[in-house]
Amino acid sequence: MPRTIKISPVSRIEGHAHITLHLDDAGKVQDAQFHLTQFRGFEKFCEGRPFPEMPALTARTCGICPVSHLVASSKACDNLLSVTIPVTAGKLRRVMNLAQIVQSHALSYFHMSSADLLLGMDSDPKQRNVFGLLKVDPQMARDGIRLRQIGQTIIEMLGGKKIHPGWMVPGGVNEPLTDEKRQAMLSMLPEGLEIAERTLKSFKGLIGKFPDEIKYFGNFPTMYLSLIGPKGTLEHYDGHLRIKDAKGGIVEDMIPLDEYARVIGEAVEPFSYMKFPYYLPAGYPDGIYRVGPLARLNNCDSCGTPIADGELDEFRSQQKGEPVSSSFHFHYARLIEIIYALEKIELLLNAPDILATRIRALARGNCNEGIGVAEAPRGTLIHHYKIDDDGLMTWANLIIATGHNNLAMNRGVKQVAEHFVDGTKLQEGMLNRVEAVIRCYDPCLSCASHAMGQMPLRIQLINAGGAVLDELVRD
Amino acid sequence: MPRYPTPANAPPKVRVVTLRINGQDVSAREDETILSVAVDHGIRIPSLCYLEGLTAWGACRLCVVEVAGIPKLLPACSTVVTEGMVVETNSDKLKRYRRMILELLFAERNHVCSVCVSNGHCELQNLAAECGMDHVRVPYRNAPYEVDSSHDFFRVDHNRCVLCTRCVRVCDEIEGAHTWDVMGRGVECQVITDLHTPWGESESCTSCGKCVQVCPTGALVKKGTAAGEMEKLGDFLPYLTQMRGKQ
Ligand code: SF4
Ligand code: SF4
Repeated sequence: MPRTIKISPVSRIEGHAHITLHLDDAGKVQDAQFHLTQFRGFEKFCEGRPFPEMPALTARTCGICPVSHLVASSKACDNLLSVTIPVTAGKLRRVMNLAQIVQSHALSYFHMSSADLLLGMDSDPKQRNVFGLLKVDPQMARDGIRLRQIGQTIIEMLGGKKIHPGWMVPGGVNEPLTDEKRQAMLSMLPEGLEIAERTLKSFKGLIGKFPDEIKYFGNFPTMYLSLIGPKGTLEHYDGHLRIKDAKGGIVEDMIPLDEYARVIGEAVEPFSYMKFPYYLPAGYPDGIYRVGPLARLNNCDSCGTPIADGELDEFRSQQKGEPVSSSFHFHYARLIEIIYALEKIELLLNAPDILATRIRALARGNCNEGIGVAEAPRGTLIHHYKIDDDGLMTWANLIIATGHNNLAMNRGVKQVAEHFVDGTKLQEGMLNRVEAVIRCYDPCLSCASHAMGQMPLRIQLINAGGAVLDELVRD
Repeated sequence: MPRYPTPANAPPKVRVVTLRINGQDVSAREDETILSVAVDHGIRIPSLCYLEGLTAWGACRLCVVEVAGIPKLLPACSTVVTEGMVVETNSDKLKRYRRMILELLFAERNHVCSVCVSNGHCELQNLAAECGMDHVRVPYRNAPYEVDSSHDFFRVDHNRCVLCTRCVRVCDEIEGAHTWDVMGRGVECQVITDLHTPWGESESCTSCGKCVQVCPTGALVKKGTAAGEMEKLGDFLPYLTQMRGKQ
């Protein structure tokens, strides 16, 4: 008799989510669905608002990566103004975006995932959190806190606020950088780099312990989508879109950002509020692709900074030119990106024009449609707006990073479940692995506060008739 | 008999009266209001629709005070002082009333400070902080209001309007254009330009921007401003009134 195992809610990720595992008569996983029942209708309540409010308004979609929304939204608004923003403003926005990558990746790795890695997937769930981490490896826990703090301090110095800074505006930024702040930021970077390198080294030492996870954690062929810089370098702020296939061949390159709709389609499934983006020419669901740190590292030719490039070479050394396909290695990619971001911030802050005071292009709405694309920590973020002649919003479409990965997350859950879930019994460790695969994608579904500690977990074993056969509750 | 007879058009003589505000004895000209006397003596009375340089309106009721012997509360901005008056400006009862007035203002229209262009520079927001209004106990109406962005330089967002009529008064009394008016009743009440045509099509508006500068909230703003960017020139009006008086 087919049975359904429900894991609800998924702990240490955000939003109201649960997983259903559909079992066949033999107790083997037949299908898996990762449901998102959260619906914010953001696009709807943007309508009628003046477009310059959009950066602040959309930054409210998320408490973890507001900066990414600020970037994508400000860029879409630059489009509406039909301006090229001053060079210094672009550099300053880049610094903030990279600082966001540092702090968000640090949160994801240290606070949410390192407990699984250090303590083991089958360890006591009461200990398997940041507090447990503090006991077994206080240095690692301290490193995590400090690295995140460095990213946040840079954001705060630029924007005046840690969360939801209103400094990034249509046409540029609204306050230049002072030399005092520049020096203060520069002085934190060596410590950050030291932590990042130390952590990466320790991660590489741990990899050997997780052969199964690497093999089954969302390890399947997909395409990859990301921004790409001039000369094929790693890019988070501007450039073009690139799509690579599962073998590492370039499917499409140099796609102008305003042509995203030509390559990305959005499918809808009845079991989730989240849309399912796919590569349009390949159709649904064959056009499955992944975004985020792994996709960016798979897509780029090089990072463009020395230490990160060395690590990238090592990361790819076993691949024989093929992309790294295990979602487990999102963690690995994240750590390399932290190094890249810190190196890049240093380069930007040392640019001779970084203290220039021409930082904003003033204009009014000069066209009716604008598109802004940026790389958020979790992947490509697209804001697409339409306005009327008076500058009021008439339509908005936001494609968020977690959305792009939706198809891959579902497939990843299925793969893990097939391997680790045996329909005859419910074990803590196996279910934790199902969740852990979702956490690899670092889905950002609401706010950051649930990052600490373990969330209650409820698992139900339901038969075809809907009756609960078994239940496991974790507080 | 005075040596020089007073000319017929000389201003009438004004007497000085003494009164007591919050236990403090003060003297004032008999034609002054409680609010202006309080301000002269460094006594703070919260107010919203009142603005020095414009005629008092008495609409917001935030400046209500208690006067001994009078059973109802009186608006300080439009109550003239009298000899021997005993005024209380900050009793618990008044604090309760002010807080409730602010809650009703916030509940009536849609104030989302965090994304508002006036965030951090808003008189309504400052009053809420001053009066300890940290949450609203009545249900929000959540009624959508229109944004008119048709003017070349300015925008009116009725979601943020508190109907203080400062815009109406400054446009009429100082600029002399009388572009603004008030239309409708109760919750339907709304400020309008030129008999309710879009602001951008107004023939009377001179685009001087005085209404934008005196508006206490994010209702009248400069176009192109992003969240928190709309700072208003607080002090230009008394100066302007004074300079014009000298002409
Ligand atoms: S007008 Fe003032 S009170 Fe209203 S939303 Fe804007 S900042 Fe807040
Ligand atoms: S638009 Fe501003 S000044 Fe005019 S009534 Fe409304 S709040 Fe007052």
